[in-house]
Amino acid sequence: MSSMRTGAQIVWEALVREGVTTVFGYPGGAILPAYDAMLEYPIRHVLVRHEQGATHMADGYARASGEVGVAIATSGPGATNMVTGIATAMLDSSPILCITGQVGSKVIGTDAFQETDVTGVTLPITKHNYLVSDVDDVAPTIHEALYVARSGRPGPVLVDITKDAQQASTEMQWDPGAVKLPGYRPDLRASDAEYRRAAELINGSKRPLILAGHGVQLSGASGEVRQFAERADMPVAMTLLGIGGFPALHPLNLGMMGMHGEAWVNQAVQEADLLLALGMRFDDRVTGNVKTYAPNARKVHIDIDPSEFNKNVKVDVALAGDLRMVLEELSPLIAAGDRKSWLAAIREMKGEVAVRDIQNLPDSGHLYAAHVIHDIWRLTKGKAVVVTDVGQHQMWEAQYYHHEQPRSLITSGGLGTMGFALPAAIGAKLAQPDAEVWVVAGDGGFQMTMAELATIAQEKIKINVAIINNGYLGMVRQWQEFFYERRYAATPLLSPDFAKLAECFGLTGMQVDKRQDVVPSVERARADERTVVIDFRVEQEDTVYPMVPAGADLHNMIRRPSPNPIVETADDE
Amino acid sequence: MQTRHTFSVYVEDKPGVLNRIASLFRRRAFNIESLTVGHTETPGVSRMTILVNSDVQGARRLEANLYKLVNVLRVHDITAEPAVYRELVMIKVATRTLENRIHVLQLAEVFRARVVDVAPDSVIVETTGTEDKIEGLLEVLRPHGVLELVRTGRVGMVRGPQSVMVEPAPQRPRSERPAAADDGSISYSV
Ligand SMILES: Cc1cc2nc3c(=O)[nH]c(=O)nc-3n(C[C@H](O)[C@H](O)[C@H](O)COP(=O)(O)OP(=O)(O)OC[C@H]3O[C@@H](n4cnc5c(N)ncnc54)[C@H](O)[C@@H]3O)c2cc1C
Ligand SMILES: Cc1ncc(C[n+]2csc(CCOP(=O)(O)OP(=O)(O)O)c2C)c(N)n1
Ligand SMILES: [Mg+2]
Repeated sequence: MSSMRTGAQIVWEALVREGVTTVFGYPGGAILPAYDAMLEYPIRHVLVRHEQGATHMADGYARASGEVGVAIATSGPGATNMVTGIATAMLDSSPILCITGQVGSKVIGTDAFQETDVTGVTLPITKHNYLVSDVDDVAPTIHEALYVARSGRPGPVLVDITKDAQQASTEMQWDPGAVKLPGYRPDLRASDAEYRRAAELINGSKRPLILAGHGVQLSGASGEVRQFAERADMPVAMTLLGIGGFPALHPLNLGMMGMHGEAWVNQAVQEADLLLALGMRFDDRVTGNVKTYAPNARKVHIDIDPSEFNKNVKVDVALAGDLRMVLEELSPLIAAGDRKSWLAAIREMKGEVAVRDIQNLPDSGHLYAAHVIHDIWRLTKGKAVVVTDVGQHQMWEAQYYHHEQPRSLITSGGLGTMGFALPAAIGAKLAQPDAEVWVVAGDGGFQMTMAELATIAQEKIKINVAIINNGYLGMVRQWQEFFYERRYAATPLLSPDFAKLAECFGLTGMQVDKRQDVVPSVERARADERTVVIDFRVEQEDTVYPMVPAGADLHNMIRRPSPNPIVETADDE
Repeated sequence: MQTRHTFSVYVEDKPGVLNRIASLFRRRAFNIESLTVGHTETPGVSRMTILVNSDVQGARRLEANLYKLVNVLRVHDITAEPAVYRELVMIKVATRTLENRIHVLQLAEVFRARVVDVAPDSVIVETTGTEDKIEGLLEVLRPHGVLELVRTGRVGMVRGPQSVMVEPAPQRPRSERPAAADDGSISYSV
């Protein structure tokens, strides 16, 4: 039997052999040969409404499953529409593979129709990228690209394939074995001396704190982190992307750190004598002013990417490697701990602020985002996969939805890409078909990619969408409130009737503006077979507290002005 | 404290690699003082000598960042090692009078530089050496009028018998195929 195949067929053949079942894409001239060949392969193709959506879907797919998400688009505008999604995946270390068509290799460089130098454009926002112009390179490049995307510190990889390479035929060579990349070192190991030094610092600490980052989940190390924390009796704080990596209701969990983290968490950071950073990169939203950050703490940093060491924060010991492996080696060196007095001191810091039982507050007649998210959390028992957009609602989600499972909060942290939620949720749902998936989006960000409602309708996808509709680009309005004398330039926002909009797409729409209607609407949404969009008309000028202004000291947070944790703007009762 | 660091960087000899390196320096806000690139003893492997100003931690991070580029095979910070550094320079000097010309030729000889071109009103002087030697030569030639100057940037090699072994990526098999029919059209994009 002849095994001659076209490059276009090889694209799919390689993806299928790699276990890819789902791709998100949009066709066009330069990728048409691949699309034509797709019909012969067992691949679910999700037709998106904008290529940015395809990349966010691939990203959501990857974050929900740990597997590489795949997006495909044509040359020129198709490929450039992917740029935002690629940059989003890059900053959050999410493994995606983008396949783009390119004009014929003979006309590259001539400004041919829909020609863009896509490998050039995406060079700084991909982990690696390839231009393939020889059909013999198609299979090995896809094999290699998937490997690079998922191994080491994961990230987006782009493969740009010329039209002639898709059309030419060859005998497909498939070597499923290890990829031979002599310069690529995804597996590093620190020296024994460094391990001993780390153990010494940890064992000697009285006020230690684990900073659990995204790397905990990327490494699949949640179990190991938990064992480690319990044995050493060390409290755990999480970055935004670390949420889910450690169970929210675990007694050692403190909550989120950083700009909108809990005040007691940031205070604990400032008073700690040791920080054990696990797969987190000391983002500026985590540290505030680095000069005054954790002044009393020795720092031990475990990360798979040594370029993160001493980048933002100077550390005492750095252990390079995959977190799970490193913890396996480090744990035997760690003495069982007893840090009761430190834990008690943190409880003291928490004090009254810890009481966030907003449901016990009297109903002022106003609806707050916190109510909505709290109720969604309660009704879904903390087991939903929540995909957020970017803004105030994102922070409230992080504060009020308590995640127990890894990969159950999907959010754009590093790039903060508005428009991420809806498409990423589609990807997450296809990766975890049995999961209950909720979108929590703002009225602003939702409008950036709401065209993907059509994708949901066409693909018959069931998710639930909670729009936290405050009539503002709320997070920007908040900055204007604090730092620009309440001059609300370009932040008031007119929106369509989202419930009616959903109906237009053949989905279910609801509108809620009273607190007592939240629970029934969430229950109805959960019971509905179709995707439901709920337009929650919430208090317009609510503010996310606490807040460390950008670049300020972590211990100088702006706190909620009234002792009442939620209703200070609703005193007209 | 900022000091000069010299890196020997072995890279796969592939299209776009120089671009990736340059892009990395720009993106991470490192300033390249000089960069040279050429083939090595191993086919498929190029070697760069890159000179940057950085503190020690910055240099470590730069090294780690270079290693993140898939096509980078080996990074060697040779700053602290006993190494030989050389740079090649060509200087076109004005020699309008005979006196000028004689003087320039004498200076070249003192610096063991070679005169590689003589024209009625100018000569081209070429020399190889450390930056110090080149600066010295330039200083004495400048009063005569330097018309043009080109420098290659520093190359460096660690002294002694040791060598850095790098392995290039294996070549992929290529099938025998008739050349694809050239249909002459630009593209059929929609
Ligand atoms: C409006 C807004 C507000 C924000 N406010 C906050 C805030 O208050 N608090 C907060 O924390 N964040 C906040 N963020 C998010 C913030 O910008 C960063 O995205 C986030 O802090 C990064 O978290 P991370 O370092 O854990 O994850 P990443 O940025 O994903 O970094 C992961 C790290 O883990 C490493 N790693 C990957 N795989 C492994 C492995 N297998 N083993 C070991 N290491 C590995 C990587 O090399 C990397 O260093 C906010 C974002 C927005 C948009
Ligand atoms: C693509 C993009 N453009 C601009 C911003 C800047 N930005 C951050 S939050 C925000 C407001 C978001 O408004 P909305 O979606 O209504 O959410 P809210 O903050 O009101 O909850 C803006 C404009 C961004 N993060 N992403
Ligand atoms: Mg809003």
